[in-house]
Amino acid sequence: MKWGVVTFPGSLDDRDTLYALRDVMGQDAVPLWHKDEALGGADCVVLPGGFSYGDYLRCGAIARFSPIMKSIARFAADGGLVMGICNGFQILCEAHLLPGALTRNRSLSFICERVTLRVENSNTPFTRAARAGELWRIPIKHGEGLYVAPDDELRNMEERGQVILRYVASDGRESEAANLNGSTRAVAGVANERFNVFGLMPHPEHAVEPMLGGVDGRRIFESIIESAR
Amino acid sequence: MSAPVALPGEPAVDRDLAAAHGLTADEYERIERALGRTPTYTELGVFSVMWSEHCSYKSSRRHLRMMPTRGARVVQGPGENAGAIDVGDGWLAVFKIESHNHPSFVEPYQGAATGVGGILRDIFTMGARPIASMDSLKFGSFDHPRTRYLLSGVVGGIGGYGNCVGVPTVAGETMFDAAYNGNILVNAFCLGLVRRGELLSARASGVGNPVLYVGSATGRDGIHGASLLASAEFDASSEAKRPTVQVGDPFTEKLLIEACLEAAKTGAIVAIQDMGAAGLTSSSSEMAGRGQLGIELDLDRVPLREPGLTPYEILLSESQERMLIVAERGRVPQLERIFAKWDLHAVEIGTITDDRRWRVRSGGKLVADIPVAALTDDAPEYDRPAKAPSKPARMMNRATHKIPSPRQALRGLLASPNVASKRWIFRQYDSIVQSNTVLGPGSDAAVLRIKGTQRGLALAVDSNPRACAIDPYLGAIATVCEAAVNVAAAGARPVGITNCLNYGNPEREEIMWQFVRGVEGIRDAALAFDAPVVSGNVSFYNETEGRAIPPTPTIAIVGVLEDCHRRVPQFFSHADDAILVVRSGRPGFASSEYAALFGSDDAELAPIDLRRERALVDTLVDGAQRGLIRSCHDVSDGGLAVAVAEACFNLEGLLGAELTLSPGFDSAIDLFGEGRSTVVVSAPAENAPGLTEIFRGAGLEITAIGRVTGTARLRIGSVIDEDLRELQEIYERALPERIGDR
Repeated sequence: MKWGVVTFPGSLDDRDTLYALRDVMGQDAVPLWHKDEALGGADCVVLPGGFSYGDYLRCGAIARFSPIMKSIARFAADGGLVMGICNGFQILCEAHLLPGALTRNRSLSFICERVTLRVENSNTPFTRAARAGELWRIPIKHGEGLYVAPDDELRNMEERGQVILRYVASDGRESEAANLNGSTRAVAGVANERFNVFGLMPHPEHAVEPMLGGVDGRRIFESIIESAR
Repeated sequence: MSAPVALPGEPAVDRDLAAAHGLTADEYERIERALGRTPTYTELGVFSVMWSEHCSYKSSRRHLRMMPTRGARVVQGPGENAGAIDVGDGWLAVFKIESHNHPSFVEPYQGAATGVGGILRDIFTMGARPIASMDSLKFGSFDHPRTRYLLSGVVGGIGGYGNCVGVPTVAGETMFDAAYNGNILVNAFCLGLVRRGELLSARASGVGNPVLYVGSATGRDGIHGASLLASAEFDASSEAKRPTVQVGDPFTEKLLIEACLEAAKTGAIVAIQDMGAAGLTSSSSEMAGRGQLGIELDLDRVPLREPGLTPYEILLSESQERMLIVAERGRVPQLERIFAKWDLHAVEIGTITDDRRWRVRSGGKLVADIPVAALTDDAPEYDRPAKAPSKPARMMNRATHKIPSPRQALRGLLASPNVASKRWIFRQYDSIVQSNTVLGPGSDAAVLRIKGTQRGLALAVDSNPRACAIDPYLGAIATVCEAAVNVAAAGARPVGITNCLNYGNPEREEIMWQFVRGVEGIRDAALAFDAPVVSGNVSFYNETEGRAIPPTPTIAIVGVLEDCHRRVPQFFSHADDAILVVRSGRPGFASSEYAALFGSDDAELAPIDLRRERALVDTLVDGAQRGLIRSCHDVSDGGLAVAVAEACFNLEGLLGAELTLSPGFDSAIDLFGEGRSTVVVSAPAENAPGLTEIFRGAGLEITAIGRVTGTARLRIGSVIDEDLRELQEIYERALPERIGDR
């Protein structure tokens, strides 16, 4: 399969995502440029972390108007796999490709920490290599990762299994303290109704090598590889 | 050629106006001699920034020459934007540390943010991709009403800028002491990597080559940042200097990083320099000066944020995220295309000339015409009088308190903001972006791997103002030793030093004495470790209303790990491992955190045997490379007992420790004293004899003091028996509680 990783002005983890895919996972991955419309024949498009356009207006609010976002919206409408990590998640919400929004962390400060995630739905293209309830250690690093959605919408999403990842304590139980950014219902990652667009605040590309603290992030990339087969 | 003209509305230039620009009567006369006439108002402004202490190093230059700056690995020593060391496998590490003290005190968020931005630019102007930042911070005591505000602002600014440009902040140090109530310190370090042979320079060459302005447009911010803000003491009017602080735009910086590194690959860049302190003036004159050439600038072409800026303002603006490039003739369009791709200005504003003059035009008129050397090499240099004070200044409150029990002492030390966990600070920094961070913040040294090789780099930054206050020479040596041992504890060999020398007003002879003794100390220690000083920065005038900070040389050391897999973490990891202490001498209470909290009569620093310090560093590296050492933690603030507790605080799971109190390890001084280099090592019990042999063979004292246990308790003889979960709670909660963030 082929991966495309978008670079917006201000993207930061684009190079890390390419490195994780190519050098660590041995994947075929190409960089995509925000001013282009071509998706380079990618089977899965990744919107990486960072501060696109400095996030000066609102996270992801300007990036959604990039030329490449038009192609990504069409690609998603055609059932293509799209994953947004951190700022990429924010952009997908701004572009209404995912429900909900991301607002400032409860602490009002940036948080960089390795957190524990619980896989809430393993029957998706992004988690199918995992068991339901599997626990992953993956870092977060963001200032605006508090997930919000209207109560009824979030309830419907939960029922449909769109809440894919949740912040939990290291023993797998839900806890206020483990929900570092204060997300509603401790939501860490969600999919759209068709389950082909996925956004998450944690950074799987920063959890693929033992030397750098763990490999749980590979599970997401492995799931996508399986799905694309 | 006719002389430059005064512009309508400009004030008449005389000695009084020069004085208002921070120039002395002698300096003003010297300017008139260099020009053979009275300077224009624009020229006066230019001289005032270029001859400021901050830009000219006029009080420090002659002393800095004594620093050892050469070595087999040194590719670039002081004199460029940053130093460069060969770290193997074709890679050069480019690094530097710089102060942003006064701006951060006046406006903490922007001051710290632009400090980070400035040091980043010093690195990527060399063609190196910045891969790691560190910060050394000094704040006043928590009793002082501004401390929380300054701490939150500075940490916010460092994070706000560093996180947004995608350079991880991987290590740092923070100290709180009333001595910094009126003058905090913010020292920012950055390191980048560049392939050997691709290093860029800031030396202009090629008469007729075009000069390109790239990056943000010029505004009115930061005018006289270098002269009036950075090169003068604080007083009650300092708040009014807020407009001299620049405003940072990390988003533009990120674009500038990518555009400059892409441009560097073309080979079309002859020379490049950041428009940092003194902006367009310093970058243009210094590049011309290094190349023994001249330069001509046309200010009408400079991109401006608003119309109506005068030549004086354009030349002195310290607007951020701007660079000046000397390009190969004929290749400007190629560079313009790259900057346009990143939505940045790239405008040809001048030409390199052969007449060694710095000439500036505006509106078709000549507004400045100055010999380049007058602004650079021939700037004033002073041999200011230096004299030891009759009584050394001391930082600490020596009021004798009730002597605490060992248990009280340990708990008190762990709760002290200087000892306690700095997680509240470093969790606000992205420490992992770029996927190189093997050991991040919270360790003695950060370790970064170099992708595509087995190698790693270890980075540490340290200072020891309490020791420097007692003895500025020994204190400086102790600071270098601590940084070197921190790097070696991780298993890396120290290969290069950068320093940031923070002192008071050099016009006072006891301050000058502190400075000279500090430089001598760094020189001697750098020679002993064979670690040349390749870059640095001097920050004088750290005083408020006549009260100087304690002498605070900040030392950052870069170390090389041949095999990154052989790195040594600081946490215990296996129950039943042996715990050993290696030290270069016995500790004392002078300059210790214990003395600061509880008082002490210990007033003298013990002498330092640099050969033993070197032996300690060499042996630690040797032990790590041979895989004998499982963990190694430097004993610093709080002494041995605190270091052992910290080694138990493994985030992967708490371990415990049981120590026996053998002679030489049974007094309060042994448990809580500081001073000579000391490390706590853990190793499989079967490695203990081998380790003992190599350390003893190197002439060092090594003692087995106990073992790691699987239960989370810290037992030290019969004097301490504590639940480590409680100790960790104290250690982790102390700082958030002081800040009021629960």
